[in-house]
Amino acid sequence: MGVIHVTDRAGQRHTLEAIEGWRVMEIIRDWGLPIEGLCGGACECATCHVFVAEEWLGKLYPPSEEEEGQLDTVVSWPSSRLSCQIIWTPELDGLEVTLAPTGS
Amino acid sequence: MTDHIETDVVIIGAGPVGLFAVFELGLLDIKCHLIDILPKVGGQCAELYPEKPIYDIPGFPMVTGQGLVDNLLAQIEPFHPTFHLNEMVESLEAIGTPEAPLFRVKTSENDTTFVCKSVIIAAGGGSFQPKKPPIENIEAYEGTGVFYAVRKMEMFRNKKVLIVGGGDSALDWTVNLQPIAKRLTLLHRRDAFRAAPHTVEKMRSLVAAGDMDLHLGQVSSLVGDAPILKGAVIRKDDGSEFTVDCEVMLPFFGLTMKLGPIADWGLNLHENLIPVDTEKFETNVPGIFAIGDINTYPGKLKLILSGFHEGALAAQKVHRYVYPEKKLLFQYTTSSTSLQKKLGVAA
Repeated sequence: MGVIHVTDRAGQRHTLEAIEGWRVMEIIRDWGLPIEGLCGGACECATCHVFVAEEWLGKLYPPSEEEEGQLDTVVSWPSSRLSCQIIWTPELDGLEVTLAPTGS
Repeated sequence: MTDHIETDVVIIGAGPVGLFAVFELGLLDIKCHLIDILPKVGGQCAELYPEKPIYDIPGFPMVTGQGLVDNLLAQIEPFHPTFHLNEMVESLEAIGTPEAPLFRVKTSENDTTFVCKSVIIAAGGGSFQPKKPPIENIEAYEGTGVFYAVRKMEMFRNKKVLIVGGGDSALDWTVNLQPIAKRLTLLHRRDAFRAAPHTVEKMRSLVAAGDMDLHLGQVSSLVGDAPILKGAVIRKDDGSEFTVDCEVMLPFFGLTMKLGPIADWGLNLHENLIPVDTEKFETNVPGIFAIGDINTYPGKLKLILSGFHEGALAAQKVHRYVYPEKKLLFQYTTSSTSLQKKLGVAA
């Protein structure tokens, strides 16, 4: 077991217990934080967009071309990832992400 | 326009669940019209994941989103539903009584009016609309300096135009507007484009010839006293910023789903979903039903197969509104000659 730290859009940081094999999007959603995940984790909608803390970016598998294509559809920055494409493993204990703003 | 269309049921949303509702209603001799904001049928299956395999449709070990839609269209063909695509339902008004519901439904684009006995909302996550990037104060420029679609190209003649995005819409409008714009700039987050290779090549040659500009980065803020746009501040990956002069910005970030006008129809809502009972899948307004991803009830699973079940049960209650005098006999398509006749397969 381990945790992830999620900063919401109001700037509040939440520490959530993580489950091995779950997508980070699913962990965030399961704890009731406002993440849409419209397509259900199929890498098709970019509504689970998060910013990953710099020290964690290099520890993740790099984004697939499919994920890059979805990141094209949001205002993404170098720290941007889709949280449905990050599968949580114990190596990611303490992972630090921030929910990206959503458009109006 | 004073003409209206009279029908038994209007189905809002032509995704898989709306399509299958046509089948269940058709078996009960109930006629329907479907309305969808997209230019094609199939909803999310066709728009978001046409090529993605789906593994949890009963009877199909694997079927793609588009494959499922094509099969559903074949399945409902005997019932000749009428589709109204590219239209959004703007208003829904109850004009009957709770015992004998009657509704007036109006769409936005063609100003079509329907009068029907029941309405089935099968709108999934809501209506597909252009994604608005989270840039501060962007709303203040919408319709004057910021547009999410090109309705008339002439509007952009002799203007300094900034197009943002890297997909087909961004690239198509880049090459189409470049000849008439005073100066065209394309902005994308990376030097890779997911658009037709021919169009990408055309854009690259325009850049090489100095006839347009290409920048990599994101818009961090807008410049100009709203609603007059003067420019956009671009931030690059290294954090440095510069300003691009533009009178018009066209962000093409794809589509998202919004609840839209549904929120104004007097229906109870819970977190943008419509609560229904699990016997008839009826909303708090008698005669208005909600099936598929848009509804909620204890234990709800957002699965296509759940939506199929919900449509079948809703159809039973719709029958009572459409044919108040008729007793509904429950029948199977395997054995009922009358159902087989409706399907055009009776021996």
